[in-house]
Amino acid sequence: MPTRKTARKTKKSVTTFQDLILGLGEFWAAQGCILQQPYDLEVGAGTNCPETFLRALGPEPYRVAYVQPSRRPADGRYGENPNRLYKHLQWQVILKPSPAEVQDTYLASLEHVGIDLRHHDVKFEEDNWENPTLGAWGIGWQVMLDGLEITQFTYFQQCGGVDLDPITVELTYGLERIAAFLQDTDSVYSVLWNEKTTYGQVRWQEEQQFSVYNFEMADVAMLWKMFELNEQECRRLLDAYRKLEDPEAQARFPVLAAYDLILKCSHLFNLLDSRGALSVTERAAVIARVRGLACGVAAAYLDQPRPSNSFTSIPREATIER
Amino acid sequence: MSAEAKELEFLLEVGVEEIPAWMIEGALADLKRALQEGFARFRLSSDAPASLEMYATPRRLIAYCPRLPAQQPSSIETVQGPPQRVAFDAQGKPTAAATAFAAKMGAKIDQLEAVSTPKGEYLAFRKKNPGRPTVDILAELIPQAVLGIPFPRTMYWEGKAGPRFIRPIRSLLALYGGRVIPCSIGSVRAGSHTFGHRLLGKPRLAVRDFAGYQKALRDNYVLIDPKERRARILDGVRDLLPSDDGLRLKPNEELLNTLVYLTEYPTPLLGEFDPSFLALPDEVLVTVMKGHQKYLSLERPDGTLAPRFVAVMNRDDDATGTIRHGHERVLRARFSDARFFWETDGKIHLELRLELLRQVTFQSQLGSYFDKADRMRRLAAAFAVRLGHTDKLEAIQSAARLAKCDLTTELVKEFTELQGVVGGLYARREGLSEEIATAIYDHYKPLTIEDASPRTLAGALVSLSDRMDTLAGYFGIGLAPSGSKDPFGLRRAGNGVIKILVDHALPLPLSCLIEDAASVYQSAQAQGRVPDWVRETVLSGLGPFLVERLRYYLQDVRGFAYDEINAVLAAGRDDMVDALERTAAVAQVRPTENFEPLAVAFKRIKNILGQARRVHGFVAGGLDPSLFEPGPEAELYERYRAVAELVSRQKQEGDYLAALEAIATLRPPVDRFFDAILVMAPQENLRQNRLTLLQSLLQEFSTIADFSEIVTAEEKKAGVQ
Repeated sequence: MPTRKTARKTKKSVTTFQDLILGLGEFWAAQGCILQQPYDLEVGAGTNCPETFLRALGPEPYRVAYVQPSRRPADGRYGENPNRLYKHLQWQVILKPSPAEVQDTYLASLEHVGIDLRHHDVKFEEDNWENPTLGAWGIGWQVMLDGLEITQFTYFQQCGGVDLDPITVELTYGLERIAAFLQDTDSVYSVLWNEKTTYGQVRWQEEQQFSVYNFEMADVAMLWKMFELNEQECRRLLDAYRKLEDPEAQARFPVLAAYDLILKCSHLFNLLDSRGALSVTERAAVIARVRGLACGVAAAYLDQPRPSNSFTSIPREATIER
Repeated sequence: MSAEAKELEFLLEVGVEEIPAWMIEGALADLKRALQEGFARFRLSSDAPASLEMYATPRRLIAYCPRLPAQQPSSIETVQGPPQRVAFDAQGKPTAAATAFAAKMGAKIDQLEAVSTPKGEYLAFRKKNPGRPTVDILAELIPQAVLGIPFPRTMYWEGKAGPRFIRPIRSLLALYGGRVIPCSIGSVRAGSHTFGHRLLGKPRLAVRDFAGYQKALRDNYVLIDPKERRARILDGVRDLLPSDDGLRLKPNEELLNTLVYLTEYPTPLLGEFDPSFLALPDEVLVTVMKGHQKYLSLERPDGTLAPRFVAVMNRDDDATGTIRHGHERVLRARFSDARFFWETDGKIHLELRLELLRQVTFQSQLGSYFDKADRMRRLAAAFAVRLGHTDKLEAIQSAARLAKCDLTTELVKEFTELQGVVGGLYARREGLSEEIATAIYDHYKPLTIEDASPRTLAGALVSLSDRMDTLAGYFGIGLAPSGSKDPFGLRRAGNGVIKILVDHALPLPLSCLIEDAASVYQSAQAQGRVPDWVRETVLSGLGPFLVERLRYYLQDVRGFAYDEINAVLAAGRDDMVDALERTAAVAQVRPTENFEPLAVAFKRIKNILGQARRVHGFVAGGLDPSLFEPGPEAELYERYRAVAELVSRQKQEGDYLAALEAIATLRPPVDRFFDAILVMAPQENLRQNRLTLLQSLLQEFSTIADFSEIVTAEEKKAGVQ
């Protein structure tokens, strides 16, 4: 087994929320990750971002890390629960192919942000991940730090119904939880974002107002209409792609735009769910519809010639060298 | 000492990223079996399998055999060459055929010998095959045995060309006699190194032998023996508990075992929580602690919960108290959530939650839980009426109707395993009667065949109605279990039906259970619901299914012999309680001297009657006592009448044992009858009368058990099944 990377000693007494983000960025950049910016559409999890879902497909090596705000309308609590949020921030790391020493590298990242593992208890407890809406699943653990679940650690096996080869590993850090742990506070709202400002000052109003909107005010008929419009547009694109034969036309075809439409559907679905507008049979049927689109996009994405017309002839400067 | 006699130690350690705790024991047993089968297949020492020791932690599967012979034993193979007459010429000199064969065998002519075969004399060579070196065999066996371990859901980590396993394999220690066995699994090559505890140990430790291996790991905070880890947890807890206040662990074997396989170096710590949380029900507190947090709870001498818990760390200590502080912090948040749910759930009473059940699907073709609750209410009422419990009818109906309402509560959404329990607790808090609250609380019981049935009759009927509704529903839409597959847990539901009937001694015949359940669905269908449900498939399929469950219960749970069960079920399979009593009586009377011989006689009677029907078209008529010859025949008739009267009275009193003992007394007169009387007498009226006597005997005495199904000791010896 490989040696664990030695920890960097942190100098400050308090690790603020933004210190945590900066520290993880610094660590993973040094591991050869591209530091991406959050995807600018509503997603329920960092996994849904194209930087994860689509990059996991196909043979090209890739390493990326980014913060992703994840919105789960049904989890909103009007800002009244100290641990539950409508929108929380995930630190997302994607390593493809999965390196053999990934567990140790992950632990080193915790030390890097000031968690001295000599004084803590870490366990990897079975927790497999599945997203039926995207036809994706993986095998892995939740990482428990002194009884607190801080990270979801997953070896992806399938995305969009496609068996993955090589295997991508995904690390999803729950940033609010880790910050609250580091600052030893019982409420996420009292976490210091920087030395002067709390998480609550930055985000509380948003939690309250979006809870009101998601649970009480979102117009169900409009949500359905938007869902259907996005779904139709996505289907139209996929149908159009299937009819293409010319590789050049295929290469420039907006498969990525089709994927964005799925993300919109997925968020609208979550809103409908939080409005209590889905009967259980409808729920299952809508999940199956979105999954159908996701599988279609995954297939088109793999089929589509890359700008250089093949996976293997991507210019070397465009690939990850480690 | 010859090379073959040399015996050396074998050590294998498969280093894996954390294997799910609950799978490790099974995986270890499978690995052991595969290695033992391998040793046997390759004829490595016969006592080796017995001395194979297995150990495991979450990160390693370990096999150790102190002595394994260095080589497979050699074997002799006779290779047949050309016929003698071809191999030697008239002068007796070897021909070209003989020399060619000798050359091929690498032997001299005089080392060849003659063998006789059915085709004549042939030239042959007795070739000695030296055994393969054990190290080669192990190199072949190890990857097969390891990758052959069946896991519920496996994964790739090196891509599709790589191996599949439960989690990535990252190291392989494989030593035979201190030397590396050259093999590999995926890209991992076997070596002579192990690795210590993830946080406390060295990542690379050289190993020469098992003693050194154990020591190196112990020094690096890994205890490979699950028994030792378990003892360390229990001893640690004992040291932690203050001796004066009598606190003790609330027993939880399953959780303890999980903790043993979740750690390489377990150390318990004692945490506290705010006693104000004790206002929450114990069930909720314990579930929060054990479910997600895997904390053991502590109780006071009077059995009440103490505001303490035990967390088990995967490390040596918590010198700074940081870890305890962290666990207490997490538990506080979880308890606060639970308290919030407990309080907010109370704002909507169960009665009002009925409407919310319309949003919760039971099964897409069978409707929502609202529909199910309505069917359960009618079904439980039907059962109560059949049992004559009309006094409890109202309570039973209320309980059945409200039983599923807790599915809409936040507490159950958070802690699914508390379904039913939470409903019961809320019912009590709302001031519903204890009868109703307990029935709701218990209605998922028995969860397994070992679990207890609901405590009260009302609970039993609600549970029964829940299960029968599920069974009749799924069978009606063609989703009966087939083969080993049972995705909807219907067999478990069926086992529960049997267990409840037996435990509560409910005289509800199977046919009535099925009839009532089907009727409830039918009237739902008449109102336009469950359009896909088909009555006929329920009536034809559910009976045999439940009898199969009864058979399972009698044989696997109660331990009765299969032929006793066959005998009893052949005599009637509708009333479960009655079937159990009859089986118990048969099992009890079986060892007595007359029983098996009587079973033989009954078989004989059955055969005679069968033949008489086929050959003579025999149909039983009236008995004419005047035709019986004095002696054995008349005597049998007398005994038959006397015993029949006795047995019928004893059966009415439910004393099956006495009835069977009485029947067994028929053996001597039956034997004397067969010795002295020719049943198939030439005179037709005599024959007819004798056959009718035998037929009456058979009919009369096969209502408790069909004795001809009993496999006697003689038959077992002869291999007759």
